[in-house]
Amino acid sequence: MSRKLSYVQAFNEAVRQEMAADDDIFCAGEDIGAFGGVFQSYAGLQAEFGKRRVVDTPISEQAIIGLGVGAAVTGLRPIVDIMFMDFICVAFDQIVNQAAKLKYMFGGAATIPLTITTGGGGGLSAAAQHSQSLEALICHIPGLKVVHPSNPYDMKGLMTACIRENNPTIMIKHKRLLGMSGEVPEEQYEIPLGKASVLREGNDVTVVGWGRMVNEALTAADQLAADGIDVEVIDPRTLQPLDTATIIESVKKTNRVVVVHEAVRFGGLGAEVAAQIQEEAFDYLDAPVGRIAAPFSPVPFSPVLEAHYLPSIDDIQAGIRAAVARPGL
Amino acid sequence: MELSTDLQMDLHRRMVRIRLFEEAAGRLAEAAKLPGFLHLYVGQEAVASGVCATLSDDDQITSTHRGHGHLVAKGGQFNEMMAELMGKSTGYCKGRGGSMHISNLDVGMLGANGIVGAGAPIAVGAGFANKYSDNGNVSAAFFGDGSTNIGAFHEAANMACALKLPVLFICENNEYGEFTARKDTMAITDIVDRAAGYGMPGVIVDGMDVVAVHEAAVEAAARARRGEGPSLIEAKTYRFYNHHGVQNLGLKYRTDDEVAVWKERDPIFTFEDRLIEAGTATRADFDSIWEELRADIETAIQFAEDSPLPDPEAVLDDVYSPREEVPA
Repeated sequence: MSRKLSYVQAFNEAVRQEMAADDDIFCAGEDIGAFGGVFQSYAGLQAEFGKRRVVDTPISEQAIIGLGVGAAVTGLRPIVDIMFMDFICVAFDQIVNQAAKLKYMFGGAATIPLTITTGGGGGLSAAAQHSQSLEALICHIPGLKVVHPSNPYDMKGLMTACIRENNPTIMIKHKRLLGMSGEVPEEQYEIPLGKASVLREGNDVTVVGWGRMVNEALTAADQLAADGIDVEVIDPRTLQPLDTATIIESVKKTNRVVVVHEAVRFGGLGAEVAAQIQEEAFDYLDAPVGRIAAPFSPVPFSPVLEAHYLPSIDDIQAGIRAAVARPGL
Repeated sequence: MELSTDLQMDLHRRMVRIRLFEEAAGRLAEAAKLPGFLHLYVGQEAVASGVCATLSDDDQITSTHRGHGHLVAKGGQFNEMMAELMGKSTGYCKGRGGSMHISNLDVGMLGANGIVGAGAPIAVGAGFANKYSDNGNVSAAFFGDGSTNIGAFHEAANMACALKLPVLFICENNEYGEFTARKDTMAITDIVDRAAGYGMPGVIVDGMDVVAVHEAAVEAAARARRGEGPSLIEAKTYRFYNHHGVQNLGLKYRTDDEVAVWKERDPIFTFEDRLIEAGTATRADFDSIWEELRADIETAIQFAEDSPLPDPEAVLDDVYSPREEVPA
């Protein structure tokens, strides 16, 4: 049975259903109790499950992650919330040096079934410290998994998988997608981590994007179809581990590829995708791997500046046109 | 508090085990048989021993970069510890952790930690799990005086108090943060002054007196188990060796005279003198304990030296847990 839910409602339903099924799951974070979280991700959960299982914490990001790590290594299955993705920087030791490494450092003896949820992405004039897309930083750390859904259906299935996962997993909710509506089954289901989704099939060029950008890419692709450009759109959904195989398979078909992300271009995940494509499918490429991303500056505040800064549908279309304009071999 | 003979001998034995392990590790390091860094716990044995004697395997501790003593006191075995220090596959961490990350979850030791202050938030998480599961267990975070200057400690202490968790904060104030005197890095003399800022009781104990440490830990653990929340114990102690390595005299940041004064208060020898004076044990009793444990150390060194090195191809093992694995 399916009905329409928003992206954030899909998140909330995944947490609620998993909590109802497993008493080892608890949630902790800033303002998530009575208030339900600044994005209402945790709305109603404290009323349903009580203060024991939905815990308002001090504004202490290091201790929030530490709470999750310590509780996970001693047998619980915590979900801890870092309100804005920018704030993971405050807790980076606990995420990078503790959560990600305990299992390995302990010779495999530890299990850390920890989900860290956070709100990422720009587009709200939230400026430089509340708008970043820092996925490249965390995808660089062995031991972590990173998930970034682009629609309500994927959100519920991926969040369910995150909670059931036995490793520290960071679920990035895109702040501009919170109200996005879509069909979501009522029953519990999982979308396996590390499996990409081909959102649109096409033969001329492959676009790889995630979060809000993959939706922008779909719009761009629909518009380009009128000009006879047949675009395939792939959403990896999980950024670590990255489903390279699905991307490579598509590139072997289309021979052209453009990667789109909100994070800055330099050192962004687009560089990793491009590198893997040239390693695995060099002989199939008819054009350099294109990258559409933010320029190398902090996220600006003024709406006119931010609109210019974030990749737009026009930018994505231009990138796609440039890729298909190259003569094939 | 009148401690039983058995308990006093247990406290003594824990301290001697730590001393012998650390002295052996120091000798092996000098002989270039241990890779990496080595931070010796010699001088501070009363703190780990006094605290861990009131904890069971189901209670958890977090530790520091100076963590061997905590694991020994918590019940770690010499063989697996020595093998880990040598980077062997039979070590507690299969050679993945080494001295700075040595751990054994079976005895509730959640890891030495190479990041100053990082253990405290993890101990708070373990304390949360204990309260959540209502299992009557407590967690203890060991940390140094220098650790109380880092944000993670403050966040952990505040959160533990705000959530009223069964956690013991055990500060080993050895007067130096790495190679800098404590008095140069904080404007207070006693770490315990910080306890009131979080709303928990704090007590100063003589960290060279294992009985004093133990009595404070018993009280703090009982309070935590009763659901009354965290406590801070500041144990005034001293490390006989350098921050790392085996040099103990001629250091630029402290005087040899100061070292001599503290060594007069050696936690093991002063305790033995007291027990002999009280008629609890004889010199011969202690001689045989040292001899027995020295033999255990020699066995452990042999075990470690005879153990296989890890398979280099296994370097990617244990980065991630499989889905089937159900956490304990």
